[in-house]
Amino acid sequence: MTPQQARELITDALSQVAPDADIGALAPDADFRDVLELDSLDFLNFVETLSDASGYRIDEDDYPEFATVASGVEFLAKRV
Amino acid sequence: MPSLGADMESGTVIEWLVKPGDRIGRGEPIALIDTDKAVIEVESFQSGVIEAVLVEAGSRVPVGTPLALIGDGRQAAPSVQEGPTPEPPSAETPEASAVETPALPVREKPTPEPPAAEAPEPPAAEVPAPETSAPPVPETPVPVMSVPETPAPPVPAPPVTSPLVRHLAEERHVDLAALHGTGPGGRITRSDVEHAGRPSRPKASPLARRLARDLGVDLADVPGTGRTGAIRADDVRRAASRTGEPARAVPEKSRAMPEKSAKAAPDRVAKGRARPEAARRQRAMRQAIARAMARSKREIPHYYLATTVDMSTALAWLRERNRDLPVARRLLPAALLLKASALAAREVPALNGFWIDDAFAPGRAVHLGVAVSLKGGGLIAPALHGAADLALDDLMAGLKDLVARSRAGRLRQAEMTEATITVTNLGDQGVQTVHGVIYPPQVALVGFGKIVDRPWAVDGLLGVRPLVEVTLAADHRATDGYTGSRFLSAVDRLLNHPEEL
Repeated sequence: MTPQQARELITDALSQVAPDADIGALAPDADFRDVLELDSLDFLNFVETLSDASGYRIDEDDYPEFATVASGVEFLAKRV
Repeated sequence: MPSLGADMESGTVIEWLVKPGDRIGRGEPIALIDTDKAVIEVESFQSGVIEAVLVEAGSRVPVGTPLALIGDGRQAAPSVQEGPTPEPPSAETPEASAVETPALPVREKPTPEPPAAEAPEPPAAEVPAPETSAPPVPETPVPVMSVPETPAPPVPAPPVTSPLVRHLAEERHVDLAALHGTGPGGRITRSDVEHAGRPSRPKASPLARRLARDLGVDLADVPGTGRTGAIRADDVRRAASRTGEPARAVPEKSRAMPEKSAKAAPDRVAKGRARPEAARRQRAMRQAIARAMARSKREIPHYYLATTVDMSTALAWLRERNRDLPVARRLLPAALLLKASALAAREVPALNGFWIDDAFAPGRAVHLGVAVSLKGGGLIAPALHGAADLALDDLMAGLKDLVARSRAGRLRQAEMTEATITVTNLGDQGVQTVHGVIYPPQVALVGFGKIVDRPWAVDGLLGVRPLVEVTLAADHRATDGYTGSRFLSAVDRLLNHPEEL
């Protein structure tokens, strides 16, 4: 998966759990859980959506990789 | 208008899900009510036939106002809104009416004798209970429609109306004979008269009106499929998709924003309306919370207890379990915290219930109120029913569903009224400790802070453990600190044995 594809999947999943937020304006290195005020349930929905879309099962141990869009992109691009 | 929580003073009927003549079962949803905090499906408290709808969609009425009449469909509709009934529902009345007018309530029969205004009976009670006074009629007549053929109206009189409606018609110089009644059996209702005076404003549900404004659809062009041809939201959507492009913007509401082009207008209208509406809702939500919380702090002598629970066993167990499960069935620590609270509440029933009339009334089961923060601000605490008996999987699924529906503003009546104890879980955002305010008439509120790694002494050694601060705010009228401490000890014990949750 190219970084571009990974970025699209992540921003798509984020806009699903935070439909009112302007995901495009999100800085790549911002802690998006914090910025978008995602609670654990929102984050779980995000992981679920992203796992489905990417075909890669994101485990709980991988959660720290999804602190920012940039780190998430890197993680997915490397593995998928 | 049922009370859907301690913070509710009035409610708005958004939409009727039933119409006069509909047979409904107990517990069936009959209307959507906006409480300022959410739109709630209100259920019928008894089975029967809707005799009349007393509060029109779009109206805001105080808690306690009768919304509709439910009868058994066999006898005269008792009158609440429109004045005295012609006769008390005596034993003879239904008998007689069953003979003469097998299908129609007495008052709707086109008879020249209007229900005597001279001998008014006191208005019927708020909740009509026709079953109790009506002897069973052998053959249940099919409600409405079949107008009796034999006793033809001797005089071509307008359909009988209640004195109140006639009075209103006189006042407004409305000719009743020229009106088409929309009540059951063609009866002319108060709103028929009210509408008659006005230039024909199409009948439409408030949601349909709002949609029509937002989509730029002229209601006059929309065929209604609802009760008595009223336009429903779906009709508007259909009309909007048919025209393909937004039609004229309705000028009455967009006056404040002069339109430059008809095409751009609806969008601006929608946005222009959305903001004040959101602000109004926000205000109403704060006021609702203010009422409940002020009442709580005014009336409830709170006492507070706290303890720290080592979550390492629970989290390790959860991690193992989640590793083997599909992502969709993953459990959150919140599910464990809720389940432990529910089981502890069952173990210490003195904290599970209500303080009503200077006495404690225990809850029949543990219906766990779950405080859900809403994205636009504000808070709602709907009940997770029977939480102590739910398997963790089901509890997790229930939690997801409840949170999603809370945020979408679509909850059920029972969820709003039946919580027996509430849990607030500030979760992963933020702070370690929360001291809650009890939601009356409940008697306890459990609070969980964030799970954080902190130093912790285990077996004489200092280690770093994931810890959670559990608090209990309890009503000192109902229990004492000893009871509260038993509850927190139970939560601690349960969280240390996650496999038993």
